[in-house]
Amino acid sequence: MVEIKNLVKKYGTKYALDDISFNINKGEILGFLGPNGAGKSTTMNIITGYLAPTSGNVLVDGVDIFDDPIGVKKKIGFLPEQPPLYIDMTVWEYLSFVFDLKGCEFNKKKHLEEICELVKIADVEKRLIRNLSKGYRQRVGIAQALVGNPEFIIFDEPTVGLDPKQIIEIRNLMRNLGKSHTVILSTHILPEVQAICDRIVVINEGKIIADEKTPSLNNALGQNNRFHVKVSGPQKEVMALLRNLMGVTSVSVVGEREGDAFTYLVENSPNIDIRKSMFRALADKGWPMLGMEPVGAELEDVFIKLINRRS
Amino acid sequence: MLAIYRREMRSYFTTSTGYVFLAISLALSGFMLGFTTLLMGTSDTSTYFAIMLFMLLIFLPILTMKIFSEEKRTKTEQLLLTAPIRISSMVLGKFFAAFTMFIISMAASSLNFFIVFRYAVNDNITSSGPNIAMLMGNMFALLLVGMVFIAIGMFVSSLTENQFAAVLITILILLFLLLVGAFNSLITSNAVRAVLDWLSIYSRFKNFSYGMFDIGALIYYISVAGVFIFLTVRVFEARRVK
Repeated sequence: MVEIKNLVKKYGTKYALDDISFNINKGEILGFLGPNGAGKSTTMNIITGYLAPTSGNVLVDGVDIFDDPIGVKKKIGFLPEQPPLYIDMTVWEYLSFVFDLKGCEFNKKKHLEEICELVKIADVEKRLIRNLSKGYRQRVGIAQALVGNPEFIIFDEPTVGLDPKQIIEIRNLMRNLGKSHTVILSTHILPEVQAICDRIVVINEGKIIADEKTPSLNNALGQNNRFHVKVSGPQKEVMALLRNLMGVTSVSVVGEREGDAFTYLVENSPNIDIRKSMFRALADKGWPMLGMEPVGAELEDVFIKLINRRS
Repeated sequence: MLAIYRREMRSYFTTSTGYVFLAISLALSGFMLGFTTLLMGTSDTSTYFAIMLFMLLIFLPILTMKIFSEEKRTKTEQLLLTAPIRISSMVLGKFFAAFTMFIISMAASSLNFFIVFRYAVNDNITSSGPNIAMLMGNMFALLLVGMVFIAIGMFVSSLTENQFAAVLITILILLFLLLVGAFNSLITSNAVRAVLDWLSIYSRFKNFSYGMFDIGALIYYISVAGVFIFLTVRVFEARRVK
């Protein structure tokens, strides 16, 4: 278990971290969510021993990193925001350097082959890192964190700058790793943590504003309360009809007109599922519903909601 | 430490750094030796070594400028500093790699002496022939001074991520250390003279250059290098101290 206790980090007079505390339990995938500049990287750099906090401490299995830096660092694998790659080495040379650096004591060839297989870089083993694409470099960065089989794996913004296909692959990889390791991952993308993590810690301006299991956070954020509904029919009357449905709190027109169809943003109060009644009401009037999809909350909305909830 | 040392050595030879360093150091030492002995018609190498002391200013920063600046710029230092190793073993690994490169270049350049010896003995220019003890003493002293310079260059490199700044600052510091003795005759205060003389890298060089083994100077050079290695370790530890 990693215990983060009252961490404060000051840069000059500015607080990058203002007294944050939370625990990371064994075996969970923890999402660390916050906008850029919230203090995510600072926190991760402190946990891994790259930076020292101004005050507070981090205990890994009850041991402070200051008391036993080498012992604690052995338990942690870290992928910083920018993967720390020596681009003049081949993938295999690099991983084998990391293996020696970490002073690992098992069969090198077998261990590295397993990792390359797991993160799917076996086909580029012999290539210079300089010549690899961003997606492959990210994976080599992940492989580096896995060398030595550390218990806790920390990823700082692992999907930034990747294309959608690579993002999906990396997310699947994270989920897989979560089965055998404790994974901590930071991101500023809300759906990412919702898709992967068991628990979410939300940080903003150096303070923790939420620390909950993913489903309960979803409820608190009012997921499934907003829909984009596309209806073919007279605009004013459709809006009037939707507004009169039980549970609907607001209706507005969004997006482009398509023939006689408009897209409406429908919001409803939590705990009332309006989807069925909405479908029936529109069908009765003979206005076909061409599409309906839930609208996820934007990160900005999340912060406003979470901050309001606290005060 | 060994992992870092091996990676550094490897990187000197897979990037241009090692080749540029060897090319420049060998060209300069070869040219200077030829100029000061063969062209002058003498096998006395004292001028050569005096000049080489200043040549170190030019080619050693090539070796040291990247040591930490590059790691900082490409963020690979995050790997080293979060790995389960001591900071001192990281610093020492890098220091010994740079020192090894310097030893390689000096060893290669000493092949030039055979040419000087051959002509010196045959032509019998000097009555005694080349003095092996003097040569060894000078070479040894040059290695010691180089060791100090590498430690200083490495320290400067740990302070900045700008390689150009690292080179410039290193050269200025080394120049000061070399020239500080030269101004001594202009200073009347005995106390100041003693301090400057103590600081001077050059004044310690003398005994070695006469072919004498000066244990005091040896300890001095190793201590100065040790201080800068220690300071480099402190630069990284300072960030980790609350």
